[in-house]
Amino acid sequence: MLDFTPKEIKKLTGGVINPAKTCQPIGAMYAALGIHRCLPHSHGSQGCCSYHRMHLTRHFRDPIMASTSSFTEGACVFGGGANLKTSIKNVFAIYDPDIMAVHTTCLTETIGDDIPSILSSAEVPAGKVVIHANTPSYVGSHITGFSNMTKGIVTYLAESAKEAKKEQVNIIPGFVNPGDMREIKRLVKTMGIKSIMFPDTSGVVDSPMTGKFEMYPKGGARVEDIRDSGNSKLTIALGSFASTDAAIQLERKCKVPAKTLKAPIGIKATDELLMALRNSFVREIPSDLEEERGQLVDIMTDTHYHFHGKKVAVFGDPDIVIGLTEFLLSLGMIPIHVLTGTPGNAFEKEVKAMLLQAGLKANVKAAGDLFEFHQWIKNEPVDLLMGNTYGKYIAKAEDIPFVRIGFPILDRSVHSYMPVVGYKGAMRLIEMISNALLDRQDRDAREEDFELVM
Amino acid sequence: MAAVKITDLPVIERENSISIKGKQKKQLKCDTDSVAGCVSQRACVYCGARVVLNPITDAVHLVHGPIGCASYTWDIRGSLSSGSELYRNSFSTDLKENDVIFGGEKKLARAIDELVAKYRPKLVFVYSTCIVGVIGDDLQAVCRAAAQRHGIEVIPVESSGFIGNKAAGYRAACDALLSLIKPADSLIGQIPKSINYLGDFNLAGEAWIIKKYLNRIGVTVNVVFTGDSNYESLKNTARASLNIIQCAGSMIYLAQKMKELYDIPFINVSFLGLQDTADSLRKIAAFFNDQEIMRRAEELIKNEEAEVKPVIADYSDKFVGKKAAVYVGGGFKAVSLIKQFAEIGIEVVMIGTQTGRKEEYKSINDLVNDGTVILDDANPSELEKFMLEKGAHLLVGGVKERPLAYKLGMAFIDHNHDRKHPLSGFVGAVNFAREVYSTLCSPIWTLVNRG
Repeated sequence: MLDFTPKEIKKLTGGVINPAKTCQPIGAMYAALGIHRCLPHSHGSQGCCSYHRMHLTRHFRDPIMASTSSFTEGACVFGGGANLKTSIKNVFAIYDPDIMAVHTTCLTETIGDDIPSILSSAEVPAGKVVIHANTPSYVGSHITGFSNMTKGIVTYLAESAKEAKKEQVNIIPGFVNPGDMREIKRLVKTMGIKSIMFPDTSGVVDSPMTGKFEMYPKGGARVEDIRDSGNSKLTIALGSFASTDAAIQLERKCKVPAKTLKAPIGIKATDELLMALRNSFVREIPSDLEEERGQLVDIMTDTHYHFHGKKVAVFGDPDIVIGLTEFLLSLGMIPIHVLTGTPGNAFEKEVKAMLLQAGLKANVKAAGDLFEFHQWIKNEPVDLLMGNTYGKYIAKAEDIPFVRIGFPILDRSVHSYMPVVGYKGAMRLIEMISNALLDRQDRDAREEDFELVM
Repeated sequence: MAAVKITDLPVIERENSISIKGKQKKQLKCDTDSVAGCVSQRACVYCGARVVLNPITDAVHLVHGPIGCASYTWDIRGSLSSGSELYRNSFSTDLKENDVIFGGEKKLARAIDELVAKYRPKLVFVYSTCIVGVIGDDLQAVCRAAAQRHGIEVIPVESSGFIGNKAAGYRAACDALLSLIKPADSLIGQIPKSINYLGDFNLAGEAWIIKKYLNRIGVTVNVVFTGDSNYESLKNTARASLNIIQCAGSMIYLAQKMKELYDIPFINVSFLGLQDTADSLRKIAAFFNDQEIMRRAEELIKNEEAEVKPVIADYSDKFVGKKAAVYVGGGFKAVSLIKQFAEIGIEVVMIGTQTGRKEEYKSINDLVNDGTVILDDANPSELEKFMLEKGAHLLVGGVKERPLAYKLGMAFIDHNHDRKHPLSGFVGAVNFAREVYSTLCSPIWTLVNRG
């Protein structure tokens, strides 16, 4: 396969080769896992549910629980209402979640199942909740699905009392690892500000080993906290693709002001998050965080000559790639190929603006695939490749150092526990990038050039 | 240990899909649709078709549908190739909203044209997904026209996810294969002492091991279905004089059709475990009724066993008193695993499959000890319940079962796509024992307080 990508670029109009995205429902499933005691439910054929659970299981190496409407031919002809109602009955009888989060699939969207009207006539046990999001697989990507389910969470759950807003902030973290969510919560807590994060998959898909299988591990955003998010005085959406829609919905529904920031990858975006919190909540940046930032700047100065002028190709989910591109630029690196599989003009606009500011030009594309990305690299080689596991084919074919970041990572472990966000995450990224570059230098060095101190 | 009672099950509908050996005579319910609202471990028709056909190395496997179905099946099977690596790419028509409204036929035709121009394949499989079944694209017509346009074979695979379960996908794959292997009359059954090996997907190179054994006893392997196969080799299918079937779940239908159409007889074999491997080699030799093949088979069995038995015995000493639970895709594998565990001194106390058939469940019931729990299409809570109640130390399963076992502080072996060592044949039996040892006897379990 490695030889199958020709250098000559021809436009494809009949589909994609080696996708850089997947479909909406898996993003919805992941978002729903970020609610405490929630069972995601896939309304469609059972293969969808099985594939999503498999993919998430491989990335997180933790059990991923979700139920399915198990569509048959009959359900397709007569509509899936009966299947969904039976599912609701069975899910609460068997698995006893507090909340069930239904997402649709391409099949149920196409046959036109009207989920709200099915839900309105379904029997839901007292004290239990069923929410839903429409996630047609033929629109957007898994990031769109994450965004839609997060918006659905707000639509169904957020409430505002009449009195004044509370001194608390809502954080919508985007499609990131639980390690990132923990780090963002730590930053906000260190600022001395109460936060409500949703979705919050920490403690759900990175749960500790106890010798017992917990269908619903301890983590996840509590339903009562999500309800209370309508009373917060600010919502910060981290990443415009995965988080903004839910924040705007919360603004519309509960009059909570919404602010969209970049995913806090790197020093600048982390600064922006902390400054936004400082300004809204009138806090000083605590010395602990100032110290961390100082350490990061120290590390960047100590190592900047390893990075300066190195050409990088980056691909992955839009919010992550935007944040990462900014960080790479701050290290003096040159992103020359930047791609996401998720459609959206905002991606190209934002990345191009950053590059322009740095005086650079690059290949930038949304809704792209890895075949084209590989062709770019063949035509204009790079010193480093960054992206999810699927980048390994390109890295091997072109013999490029490769740093894994994003979703999915199927061939390495521990990544989901460790942050790439915040100052600590930036330190980790620097370690990963410099290890990859210097390991390569050592590997390729002639004996006389092989150095002890680097 | 408390007696296991099926009546504790939370879903009454599931009662007939679970039995306990020795407790009741009823026939286990299997090969049915999953209950709506269950956390089923099962996949869909497309999945079944894709896993069977994907190992065909030089084909373009084009998924007609929205992106997900292609994304989740991109190079996941671990079947190895000695030739082309084309099958390890992911091709999708990536249907969008407009295609769903106005139909996806034109886009599909364009995709085929572009892929053919790019890769010059002799064979293209076009997989139908759920949505294609609903919007009514005429896959047959598009494929027929493309085949004519390019002078190659473009074969539609009718694998819309909702038309059944994974087993229906096996059948869709077999139908696609049947249309591919249709021979000219002169090509039927002409290679004496040659076989087609059905139902080995060459995971970790397993088919290569078996091929070597068969060569050593004087039998030629014509083509493997579908591990490391390609267009040319599949075209020669009908020239073999015998079909042997390993994974019966996916391939029995194809074997029956080949018997009917080309008069090629078939026998069931299994190369998992020492006993089954030896029995299968003898069975093949006996079929050809050739003294020389029989002699060479006996010699091979004797030599190989002499080499591996002491190694396996060393491992078995460490497994005294250990119990295993098994939850795998097909019934054939389940049957073999019971025997293979017996060979290393481990008792199977719970066993289930996603798609086992009636006859296979009967064999399972005949092989296991009284009290063993047998279940079809289990969900995670059932697996947990019975594994704990039966005191299993080890689970054999696939991707989704692994973290479940680990969370319970239980050892685990992947006997599915993620296996990293060949588990077939004599050498596979050693690998199997070593894998059991490395997970069952790992020091990490001393860190776990089993609740």
